Amino acid sequence: MTAAIVGRARNRDLLQVVVAFALGVGLLALFLTLAGFNVADSLAALWGGAFGSWYDFTSATLVRATPLIILGLAFTLAAKAGLLNIGMEGQFAAGAIGATWAGLHLGGMGPPIAITGTLAAAAIAGTCFVAIPVLFRARFGVSEVISTLLLNFVGVAAVSFAVTGPLQEPSKVYPQSALIGDAARLPHLGAGSRLHVGFLLAVAIAGLLTLLLSGSSWGFRIRAVGAGPRAALISGRMPVTAIGAMALLWSGALAGLGGGVEVSGVSYALYQNLSPGYGFTAIAVALLARLRPSLVLAAGILFGALEAGAAAMQRDAGVPAVAVQVVEAAVIVLVLLAARRRA
Amino acid sequence: MITATLATAFAAAAVRVGTPLALAAVGETISEKSGVINLGIEGAMLAGAFGAAVGAMEHGLVVGVLAGIGAGLVTAALFAAIAIGARADQIISGTAITLAATGLTGLLAQRVWGTAGAGLSLPTFTPVPLPLLHAIPLVGPALFQQSALTYACYAIVPAASWLLYRTRFGLEIRASGESPAAASAAGVAVGRIRTIATLIGGMCAGLAGASLVLAQVGTFTERMTGGRGFIAIAIVALGRWHPWGVAIAALVFGAATALQYIFQASGTGVPYQFFIALPYLLALAALGVAVGRHRGPAALGRAH
Repeated sequence: MTAAIVGRARNRDLLQVVVAFALGVGLLALFLTLAGFNVADSLAALWGGAFGSWYDFTSATLVRATPLIILGLAFTLAAKAGLLNIGMEGQFAAGAIGATWAGLHLGGMGPPIAITGTLAAAAIAGTCFVAIPVLFRARFGVSEVISTLLLNFVGVAAVSFAVTGPLQEPSKVYPQSALIGDAARLPHLGAGSRLHVGFLLAVAIAGLLTLLLSGSSWGFRIRAVGAGPRAALISGRMPVTAIGAMALLWSGALAGLGGGVEVSGVSYALYQNLSPGYGFTAIAVALLARLRPSLVLAAGILFGALEAGAAAMQRDAGVPAVAVQVVEAAVIVLVLLAARRRA
Repeated sequence: MITATLATAFAAAAVRVGTPLALAAVGETISEKSGVINLGIEGAMLAGAFGAAVGAMEHGLVVGVLAGIGAGLVTAALFAAIAIGARADQIISGTAITLAATGLTGLLAQRVWGTAGAGLSLPTFTPVPLPLLHAIPLVGPALFQQSALTYACYAIVPAASWLLYRTRFGLEIRASGESPAAASAAGVAVGRIRTIATLIGGMCAGLAGASLVLAQVGTFTERMTGGRGFIAIAIVALGRWHPWGVAIAALVFGAATALQYIFQASGTGVPYQFFIALPYLLALAALGVAVGRHRGPAALGRAH
């Protein structure tokens, strides 16, 4: 089913990624013109914020690419089994809450234990959050699309509750948590850089998923269920519902981990609006990558550049950052249309 | 005495808050009956809200409502071109349309009103008590002391029901959603029927956005629909894909949302975020109950 969405992966995919992305930015330029913004200044700010210097590239683009890659892989994993996890924004929030809670308690431990515990708490929180749609799907036949989508708003409300309630900083003035312990923070890659070990973790997960999906029986079952649930069922060798549930649970774990990496590597505390819509942007990342983990890396960096550029564009040219969602939407649509042409 | 006043205020708030949900959900019902699930109605509603705010600011309420409907129509037309015309996946196309509408309305709102936002300078609909009917205790103020857009909703629900179940066009819509192949063999232009149904849904979503701005909130802010379009999709399932059921389900959600006003006013210890999350949790629970017993149109979400 999802194979039909993105079409078959081919060698000229990388070129198509660039073309779709360029068309998306072109469309943004058109709307900026129509809305009366200074297009040259806006796009210069967009480019400068993303690629202006080595520092911009590593400390803005790659830092923002990290959660997008992890979430893009989360979407990919579920989509390979034919399931659409539209609830990554909520699972990311749940993971961030879990990581903050653990990071506040484990700060006194040694870094290996504190970091592992923090990230594990995030993954567990994400898994628990997606367990509800998994249960509803298995028990009542409720489509995971709507249930995960609705829980996004619950996740955001939960963060709002956490930062004004149980996890609020000690003075009880600001809607945010206290800073997590030093030991629970992911180390930076090099002095003066904001890029953290989480990026390497994202790359490692992409590599691992590539191997597992193409070269293990675990991956084969997921792909078989995604390619044709009826055929998989009739073969009599696969518990189709259980495989789908497992894929969705792992997807939620990865999305939760994405939230944990953001807290442990970037924010060191829980805030409202920790994610500028990463959970939705990552859908575009995964589709642009045609659900191939290795390409998710490249697409994640492209969209990380877009997010970094959007922040700079808002700061320097007064263009609201939300405008780059136009580019994301255009990329998704172009990928869909290209896939239809090939099918 | 205080409880009676509170009950009346609560019932009136439930209907007022439920109106945009009902409008969007009834439109989505028509669309889904034809076999098209449109996650882009969240975007159509947002575009409708923006269009209504600009139209009302420039030329008054009537133009505002028409601009809202028009914006919803354009958004749905874009979705229809991708999901029906090019036969792309409906779920992903709808998500993309919502993303695009969020980005564009955010961009344009900044341009029109600057960083300060639209403020409270827009003209708004005021409640119009209907003669005699509004004097009925509790029910009167709740149902018959509302804005013109709520009354429009009272007309749209039976009209949608009539359209779906009493006209040839309605039969073709339902056939396209249940068995597009058979409908096509019988001479129904499935693609055209689905497109029209989707456009009707888009206009309803645009009207829903207009009612959100002009009869409820009174201003436009970035992402102001906050998932109401998605809740409308859950409401369609809870209402079993029938306009009357959908209207009642929307009222239940209106009540769930209105609860937070009551509880905030009475100052219980329950955190307010719980009431923000409540409609979404309720929608989820409702799906578990509703979907188990009644499945939607057989070809819902499948391209033809």
